[in-house]
Amino acid sequence: MATEIRIPEGMELVYEYPESLAKKDTHYCPGCTHGIVHRLIAEALDDLGVRERTIGIAPVGCSVLAYYYFNVDFVEAAHGRAPAMATGIKRVNPDKIVFTYQGDGDLAAIGTGEIIHAANRGELITTIFINNAIYGMTGGQMAPTTLPGMVTTSTPTGRNCALAGYPIRMSEILAQTEGAVYVTREATTDLASIRKTKKAIKRAFKVQVEGLGFSCVEVVSTCPTNWNLDPWEAMEWAKENMTEYFLLGTYKMTDEVKALKV
Amino acid sequence: MAKELLEGNVAFAEAAVRFGLRAYFGYPITPQSEALEHLSKRMIEEGRVFLQAESELAAINMVYGAACTGVRVMTSTSGPGFSLMEEGFSYIAGSEVPAVIVNMMRGGPGLGNIQPSQGDYFLMTKSAGHGDFHPIVLAPASIQELIDMVGLAFELAEKYRTLVFIAGDGSLGQMMESAELPPMQDLPKERPAWAITGAKGRESKFITSLYLGAENLEAVNLRLQAKLAEIRENEIRWQEYETEDAELLLIAYGIVGRICISALREARNAGLKVGLLRPQTLWPLAEERMAELARQVRGILVAEMSAGQLLEDVQRAVAAKTSVHFYGRLGGVVPMADEIVDKLRELDEETH
Ligand SMILES: Cc1ncc(C[n+]2csc(CCOP(=O)(O)OP(=O)(O)O)c2C)c(N)n1
Ligand code: SF4
Repeated sequence: MATEIRIPEGMELVYEYPESLAKKDTHYCPGCTHGIVHRLIAEALDDLGVRERTIGIAPVGCSVLAYYYFNVDFVEAAHGRAPAMATGIKRVNPDKIVFTYQGDGDLAAIGTGEIIHAANRGELITTIFINNAIYGMTGGQMAPTTLPGMVTTSTPTGRNCALAGYPIRMSEILAQTEGAVYVTREATTDLASIRKTKKAIKRAFKVQVEGLGFSCVEVVSTCPTNWNLDPWEAMEWAKENMTEYFLLGTYKMTDEVKALKV
Repeated sequence: MAKELLEGNVAFAEAAVRFGLRAYFGYPITPQSEALEHLSKRMIEEGRVFLQAESELAAINMVYGAACTGVRVMTSTSGPGFSLMEEGFSYIAGSEVPAVIVNMMRGGPGLGNIQPSQGDYFLMTKSAGHGDFHPIVLAPASIQELIDMVGLAFELAEKYRTLVFIAGDGSLGQMMESAELPPMQDLPKERPAWAITGAKGRESKFITSLYLGAENLEAVNLRLQAKLAEIRENEIRWQEYETEDAELLLIAYGIVGRICISALREARNAGLKVGLLRPQTLWPLAEERMAELARQVRGILVAEMSAGQLLEDVQRAVAAKTSVHFYGRLGGVVPMADEIVDKLRELDEETH
């Protein structure tokens, strides 16, 4: 259970749990940005008033237990298959707001096929893609998004792209699909980028509420634990290194999406 | 409804529509693609969900997603696709949601061929995915039985919140036979209480197959095992032919079971007192009845289109109470009735 917030007399509550977020402590490491993105999603669902008709799909990865942390209905997918599960759910429940929450191993390695085809079919779902350049849950092995030269527990001398291939840029790929109408890469590396991410997530859900097509928000995130950095250094590192390779920005936004008021 | 001439694959697909199938997700593979093609037309006509997935892996996970929301959902495939679906089977079993899968078996291993086979018996009854579980496996021997078993499959899947497989083979899928389809059923308006439907006016909930902590997961497994025991208790189905006075017993399922009916007639005409036990459920299997009959007969002949998979279960069930012979054809070759009669003669001579 989360610690109860007691408000001292004479003070007013200005910041609260969004209704769509469960009042629970998470198991995430201190400084992990999964928690930040959870909150942004919950705020967006609250803002749009869709909590009671939302179904989330948790991935396999550090956020495997995301269903405990949201106050919305959830299912737990097999590693990488969240977009296929989301497809099954949305097709038989077109009135529901369906979203997948996936890490880079989940979405960009084992689940590459499922995400590309879901996007290409224009599934009316929303994907929140956490790119932290590493496999957090299994102990810091190389991810498909691990940067060249980056040391991980399975690239002990740094990622050698001649051997291990190159980091994959998923937003650029997904933007190429006809069915995707909104694809953007945001970050959680400082307050300004977090605010922007919030707006992007809200827009992505709005796209679904309006039934416009597939929407995806990639979030350049941090994994202080497996990067061996403290939370602040991790944010700085992500800003300096990750956003060099994974350029922030909107890769696809149709006119209809542009016209949405967010 | 009147009888009509139906192809097996079309028959089970249309039966599913009439039994209230809400969504079908599939990927083409011979010898059952006609089902997918039929549903691509019929499901859309009925305003229901049809989707050709990018792979069987995606298809089964779409089935899993839809199943979590409490609707009747199905996919169909054959060997290579069935192998790909195993991941999903295990998650569906761990999550205890109902789903129906038709496997029109073809020759294997590998790409094998597209001829009829029963080589997926182990896969379906014993090793449909990682972890401890058994789907219910139904084994039709005619197109009428195939149609009826689609309805039964949905009922059992929902009653026990479990996976149900229909074990057909390429010949059953592609042959034509006259049979009667069920009348069109209305779709249920309500979803079951356990379904994920959005947290409207209630606490949010989730469906998962993840249980951290060994004792937690052991408790879940014990509950699953108790459910399997209940299924074993209630859902064993089989048919017997002329077993009352039988001295020799044939055991075979599916299309081979049907061929054995002809073999039985021929053998009886030749003076051999032969009976037949045809399992209609492969899991759970009529093991006790097999053991009983083993005490009555001089010998058992198991016939299969595989190298002896059902055979192992029969041997275990009858526990050396009688001699067990085997006749199997492989690679898509269908055994002929007279070949089976020859084997019965051998069995007769050896056990005299
Ligand atoms: C089929 C399968 N293969 C491998 C695993 C082990 N596994 C669990 S999480 C994970 C990687 C997750 O990494 P990512 O998607 O980047 O998420 P993060 O943990 O970094 O949030 C792997 C390989 C698994 N659960 N299932
Ligand atoms: S291992 Fe990394 S991604 Fe996982 S919870 Fe810890 S900091 Fe976050």
